[in-house]
Amino acid sequence: MWNVLRAELTKLRRPSLSASTLLAVTFVTSLITSVLFLLVDSPQGNGERGIRIGRDVLSLPTGVSLSFSNSAGLLGVVALCVFAAQTAQEYTYGTLRNLLVRQPSRMKILIGKLGAMKLFAIVIVTFSAIVGIALSYLLAGVKNISTAAWATSDAKMAVLHGFINVLIATIGYGIFGMILGLLFRSPISAISIGVIWNLIFEGLLSAFVKNIDRYFPGQLLSTVAIGGTDRISYKYALFTSYAFLLGGLAIVAFLFKKRDVAN
Amino acid sequence: MSSPLALDVADLSKKYGDRMALSHANFEVPMGSICGFVGPNGSGKTTTIRMLLGLITPTTGGGHVLGESITEPEKYLPRVGAMIEGPAFYPALTGFQNLNVLAKIGGFSTDAIAGLLDLVGLGDRGDSKYKTYSLGMKQRLGIAAALLPNPKLLVLDEPTNGLDPAGIHEIRTLLRKLADSGTTVFVSSHLLSEIEMISDHLVMLRLGKVIFSGKTSDLLAKQQPVIVAKPEKLNDLDKLAQIAISAGHEAKVLDNAVHVTGTSDFSAKLNKAAFEAGIVLESLTPVKASLEETFFEMTGE
Repeated sequence: MWNVLRAELTKLRRPSLSASTLLAVTFVTSLITSVLFLLVDSPQGNGERGIRIGRDVLSLPTGVSLSFSNSAGLLGVVALCVFAAQTAQEYTYGTLRNLLVRQPSRMKILIGKLGAMKLFAIVIVTFSAIVGIALSYLLAGVKNISTAAWATSDAKMAVLHGFINVLIATIGYGIFGMILGLLFRSPISAISIGVIWNLIFEGLLSAFVKNIDRYFPGQLLSTVAIGGTDRISYKYALFTSYAFLLGGLAIVAFLFKKRDVAN
Repeated sequence: MSSPLALDVADLSKKYGDRMALSHANFEVPMGSICGFVGPNGSGKTTTIRMLLGLITPTTGGGHVLGESITEPEKYLPRVGAMIEGPAFYPALTGFQNLNVLAKIGGFSTDAIAGLLDLVGLGDRGDSKYKTYSLGMKQRLGIAAALLPNPKLLVLDEPTNGLDPAGIHEIRTLLRKLADSGTTVFVSSHLLSEIEMISDHLVMLRLGKVIFSGKTSDLLAKQQPVIVAKPEKLNDLDKLAQIAISAGHEAKVLDNAVHVTGTSDFSAKLNKAAFEAGIVLESLTPVKASLEETFFEMTGE
């Protein structure tokens, strides 16, 4: 399993993948942070689905990590794409047969891959946190939002909690991508279905059907990232979303173990 | 006492839907040999190789690789090198990085990679991305990857695809060298002339069935040699064929020559008989049956 993890890291470290992923992370974090701070006085709102997050909220100790927490949904899409592509490409390139000749235990391959991609998710989230917090300080100055509370120990705890929650959510989205990659065995199919499901299907239905977001893993992971909401508790969101994901992972792991590798 | 076996399969079959990709195959490959695994495209070669490497599950039967059952590939795969159905690597990684991934996953030392790249003639292109490689270079990288574990058994599926004549010669020499050092080489190809040059054992497949398994020399020895006689005057062809037939040999006219079934010692007798009948021969050549001709004769194609 460690050998698989080391091998996977060699693939994930390649400059083209690392650079494009970090560029995407910079883009989504900057976008969310800019909207949050620059539209703070907009009557149309500056949060998800038109929610208004005022200066008073942004000035709290939690304000420093708010943009980063709100980026989790789009960070999740990035993770979904990376995890799905890294899994499904083994089928399209035909490299799975090489991996299985060198490591016949398919479960070790799967666990090693998941481990490496979790490490990659830590890099994504850390980078997003750095970009989000740095940009928050910059834009708070532009919009005259007080940052006095952002240096307190409460703020540091908020950053830590935010980091853990966003990481859990990002890994969850990534696992969803891995499930789709193993199921469809094609990066394009896995990514397009994953993105359509998350952004369009879940997003639209949740906007129009009350309380349906309690049953959608993507929506629940977004709730985990922001530490829970008034309607959905953190604990419920965490356990329900991961129950969906681990159930799905168990099914595709069984298929992966049993399926012939004929391509 | 018979020699130990690198491979043996018994009643091995694979069925996809209604189609038998491999039907009740039985064969053995002695340790240290170069065994050609031949048959036309779609005859079941790659399916067999995939079952031997634990990639697909047999429908019936079983077998052993290096003395271990094919149901437990983890026991023998660390000693097996393989290239299955052409090379497959990550296009964005260099040749070196691709081998590095496989070395790490198999728990092998990465120190040997540079030497292996040199061995297959890619020493100066190891740092180039795989996507920039020609077909021949990809094939060479596939062979280098198969050699990573310093294998006791090397399984190569169509290794000379895309190689130029010099490259084919290099690979042939390499395989012979490996066999001489004790590595068993199981090499599949649909190019029978290529296999005939290097293999001392053969497994022949046609339509998913094994039609021959054994020593190459035994197979070729079963074939009647042919003498090709070409008269100076083409209107002597039928007369010459009749001379051979009356001497108790089969003869037929093909491509402006008479093909007579018989060993080379009949050549002198045929020459004398032709001369006495007033026929001057332009050429008289004893020809050994090739593997390709033998295959077509066996399959009736």
